[in-house]
Amino acid sequence: MTRQDRIAALKAAAAERILIIDGAMGTMIQRLKLEEAGYRGTRFADHGRPVKGNNDLLVLTQPKAIADIHTSYLDAGADIVCTNTFNAQRISLADYGMEDLAYEMNLAAAQLARKAADAVTAKTPEQPRIVAGAMGPTNRTASISPDVNNPGFRNITFDELVTAYCEQARGLIEGGADVLLIETIFDTLNAKAAGFAALKAFDELGVELPLMISGTITDRSGRTLSGQTPEAFYFSMRHLKPFALGLNCALGAELMRPYIAEIAAVAECLVIAYPNAGLPNAMGEYDEGPCEMAGHIEPWVREGLLNIVGGCCGSTPEHIAEIREHVEKYPPRKVPKIERRMRLAGLEPFVHG
Amino acid sequence: MTATTSAASSFINIGERTNVTGSAKFRKLIEAGDYQAALAIARSQVENGAQILDVNMDEGLLDSEKAMVTFLNLIAGEPDIARVPIMIDSSKWSVIEAGLKCVQGKPIVNSISMKEGEETFLDHARKVLRYGAAVVVMAFDEQGQADTVERKVAICERAYELLTRKVGFPPEDIIFDPNIFAVATGIEEHNNYGLAFIEATRQIKARLPYAHVSGGVSNLSFSFRGNEGVRQAMHSVFLYHAIAAGLDMAIVNAGQITIYDDIEPELRELCEDVILNRRPDATDRLLEAAGRYKGETSKTKEKDLAWRDAPVAERLKHALVHGINDYIEVDAEAARREAGKPIEVIEGPLMAGMNVVGDLFGAGKMFLPQVVKSARVMKQAVAYLQPFLEAEKRASGLDALPAAGKVVMATVKGDVHDIGKNIVGVVLQCNNYEVIDLGVMVPAQKILETARKEKADIIGLSGLITPSLDEMCHVAAEMEREGFSVPLLIGGATTSRVHTAVKINPNYVRGQTIYVTDASRAVGVVSSLMSETDRGAYVDSVKAEYVKIREAYVRGETKKTRLSLQAARENKYKIDWSAYAPPKPSFLGSRAFKSYKLTELVPYIDWTPLFQTWELSGKYPRILEDNVVGAEAKKLFADAQAMLKRLIAEKWLTANAVIGFWPANADGDDIRLFTDEARGVPFATLHTLRQQMARDNKRDRANTALADFVAPKASGLADYVGAFAVTAGIGEAEALAKHIDKSDDYGRIMLKALADRLAEAFAERMHERVRREFWGYAADERLSNEQLIAEEYRGIRPAPGYPAQPDHTEKATIFRLLDAKAKAGITLTESFAMWPGAAVSGLYFSHPESHYFGVGKVELDQVEDYAARKGWSVEEAERWLGPVLNYDPKMARTEAA
Repeated sequence: MTRQDRIAALKAAAAERILIIDGAMGTMIQRLKLEEAGYRGTRFADHGRPVKGNNDLLVLTQPKAIADIHTSYLDAGADIVCTNTFNAQRISLADYGMEDLAYEMNLAAAQLARKAADAVTAKTPEQPRIVAGAMGPTNRTASISPDVNNPGFRNITFDELVTAYCEQARGLIEGGADVLLIETIFDTLNAKAAGFAALKAFDELGVELPLMISGTITDRSGRTLSGQTPEAFYFSMRHLKPFALGLNCALGAELMRPYIAEIAAVAECLVIAYPNAGLPNAMGEYDEGPCEMAGHIEPWVREGLLNIVGGCCGSTPEHIAEIREHVEKYPPRKVPKIERRMRLAGLEPFVHG
Repeated sequence: MTATTSAASSFINIGERTNVTGSAKFRKLIEAGDYQAALAIARSQVENGAQILDVNMDEGLLDSEKAMVTFLNLIAGEPDIARVPIMIDSSKWSVIEAGLKCVQGKPIVNSISMKEGEETFLDHARKVLRYGAAVVVMAFDEQGQADTVERKVAICERAYELLTRKVGFPPEDIIFDPNIFAVATGIEEHNNYGLAFIEATRQIKARLPYAHVSGGVSNLSFSFRGNEGVRQAMHSVFLYHAIAAGLDMAIVNAGQITIYDDIEPELRELCEDVILNRRPDATDRLLEAAGRYKGETSKTKEKDLAWRDAPVAERLKHALVHGINDYIEVDAEAARREAGKPIEVIEGPLMAGMNVVGDLFGAGKMFLPQVVKSARVMKQAVAYLQPFLEAEKRASGLDALPAAGKVVMATVKGDVHDIGKNIVGVVLQCNNYEVIDLGVMVPAQKILETARKEKADIIGLSGLITPSLDEMCHVAAEMEREGFSVPLLIGGATTSRVHTAVKINPNYVRGQTIYVTDASRAVGVVSSLMSETDRGAYVDSVKAEYVKIREAYVRGETKKTRLSLQAARENKYKIDWSAYAPPKPSFLGSRAFKSYKLTELVPYIDWTPLFQTWELSGKYPRILEDNVVGAEAKKLFADAQAMLKRLIAEKWLTANAVIGFWPANADGDDIRLFTDEARGVPFATLHTLRQQMARDNKRDRANTALADFVAPKASGLADYVGAFAVTAGIGEAEALAKHIDKSDDYGRIMLKALADRLAEAFAERMHERVRREFWGYAADERLSNEQLIAEEYRGIRPAPGYPAQPDHTEKATIFRLLDAKAKAGITLTESFAMWPGAAVSGLYFSHPESHYFGVGKVELDQVEDYAARKGWSVEEAERWLGPVLNYDPKMARTEAA
């Protein structure tokens, strides 16, 4: 199957049923209980800085472990698996002194996921498995000043973000990703740069992949970290003509619902949600079980709010299997016909006419 | 609004005072680099109703790109302003593009045109689309600006085709500006400009689906510069007609639009003649009348300044909550004059205001950018007060005032998340703390080295991912090892108060670890820690809170690894009995104290729980001065005092107690009591439960049971155990019926609460007398009530049903030993609750190492063992120990079967 075939199959499947995206990568990596040496492998044994916690590096040093995680999600029924590249752009990687590995990591990560997905597709060709190239928020914000005495100051620019994201996108595309997933967005300006970079990479490589975009509402204030409401967030990203747009992380399914409903009401694309397995408990562990999480999500699909669903922090293949079981009997959300109006946004949405 | 037609309801008001070409005031501010004042203009625009904010920096002497970027970045930090979309306004593409890279929302670009030909136009349009903006297209082509209806419409049609077909630009995001030119200039061909715009608007709206029309209105009245009255009337009249024709938005001063119907009728007609080009002498007639209308024709919408009338503390609060810095220095000065010392302004009204901000933030009613802004206002106030603080220090002979304190902060090793930490840094800096931020992935060693070198007052750790929690424990342990004693602050998404209290805090005994909920709380915490007067009380309250949390956590710990009972017993609390001589009580058996003098108990009352009863949180006596609940607390306290006085004088309540001591020795997890020193056959057995939590490192303590505090028989020592039951609730029901109205819930609750307080005070007083007289092992003890509350004495008085012995049924043994019913009038219900409710019972242990602890959850092996010792079936034991079982009895049964 070519990428074009897979994208066509993805679109066809999305019209018919709710698609399943995988669960947490970090949670699964944490289970490996790797120490510094495990992260380094032999290749980076002499790297000058500690790299424990650099999960994205594992696509180079522990490829089998990462591939196994992909496979476990695919076996659990995920239609879409995300590459292990959440922080794999040079801005975040600079913390580990590994910025020059950005392209290589994305390429390898996409290849790993591609191989795992293709192996499962070979067994069940009627359900083609899709690889989403994951692009995280980076560890800097283009809209918030880190310096109090200089609120106009920024420690990252749009152009720097575009450069880093473009490199990441190229690696992901060349490694075999079918779609790009801009995720865990807490500053929309970062995400706009990621979208800008993705389109640039498409131009350069002569391809066009569907874009999935997922924001993060940090708490019950119902805003992103940079202050936008979900609707304003959608209006700000709409120009990228996303294949799907929605929310992930920070909240469990129970608390995420109103914000997903807000997006489902206005989005002229598919709606995607992959909440955390509840909220972390006092010890930092997510303890919402598969049934409980799936139980929170089921009413959403009953109400027709979702097209793509999965899990973020704390979710596991068991969660994904359970979610799949709960949602597969429901039809996907119908993309509503939204009246053409000029829809602008500051922190809040503005609709004219 | 300006017009009363239906179209007016959707007309967009664009704020245009933040435009250097339209506002001299704004231009001067930008040229002078006074961005604070420039922001105030933007804010006033939004407050006056601008739905979109036009920002224009096109001024020859300005670095327009830089000014655009600076101003847009500043706006991003002002949520009151940033809530509306921005219109990035420039005739230079480079300025527009720079602006597009700073805006997170969906803005409007104003403008692009075909002036330089199709290619450039298409290139710009494609980029605008990629940056995610709507676009204003000027009716401007290679030939120049369109001035007739036909040219205006033709150019717009051509642009529309290119945009929708070649670029894929959404038509609803296209806004045409068909050029508003000055009328009434005296040049005849200008006379139709107003009408041409209005007519072009009508045609564009009819022929180009979903597209919009905008215009810059101020050009229109150019010839009446200096005559605001006439200009405003002309604008209003023009807008009235243009909006009716379909104008969607216009660049116009939102604060200064006359209401169409309010324009003086003569002036209105003269304006309409000009704009609609209704008569050839229209210009002359308007010019002639203009002199009479020079003044304001409209009332500028005033900002609501009612808050300025409030008392100064309220004004400061308002300014902080709303992030308004216009009056902060005036108010800080007023507050300083009112207060005795400048520091009181900071610690009083300013901190109170920041606490309100913290509360609102916590409740999701404010969001982060607003909080950061509040912090900036706070900083300004503090900066203003700084010289006064220094003067005061000098006057009192101290050195110049240094920074309020030095905080070393870091995201711990293995974690790269630092946004929250950066915000805390910002907020602290705002409040005059020196912040040394070590960045991310900082190893413990580096944090400690820096803290030592910099003589940090406080260390702050942040982390977002779960493994960071362990790393924080490690840093805390390293601080302990290296002899640090400065406070350690913990923050970050996965951290929690419970984790801090239970896991991190115990690693660092020399100093206090404190969890900080969010950035807005950081200042309060740090300032309390840096204040010589508040520090002690604050740290004490945190300590006390963490003890409670630890106990609650131990009680609530579920499904955690447990030790086998055997292993737990092997790790029992080991007391060295060889070097110990147990004190002997002054009497054996029990002794009753009937109708105890209530006045003697009053000084022993711990008042704090009384406030908790009414959900006023805070510790007595500080709660009386609390900024939030202080007034309420004072009222409550006065009422309590009044009732207490009355109930003592009128003898509403009777207090009885019975205490006793018996020879005792531990026997495994039980304590055997004997009637006399022969210690032959035990006449009663006290059963105790043992902690079974797995201790994962050596630093953790033993697996304790109360029996560990009593000498075992094998030691050969003659040890003793005491018991007590006290009540202050005899007569409570009668007093309620007799003295307090049935409908007076407040009074009823108050009486019950007071009876409870007296019973607790009675228990405290009796325990003191036991230590000093009856058991007599601490005859010289002299402790204040605070020290008593803090349990700074030797020996303990644990009560059944509390963490150290969760089994309520042990009360039955105590009551039997004491004959509490006959001697003190206290009985037990079938579920082992005491009656009257205002009662306390428990055991006395005298060993200096005896201490309170929580048993936590117990496993089946201990339950079986305990049941056998109590003569219960396992099911019975499971019923009474239900809350502390670490397993589901039903499941355990099924598995066994």
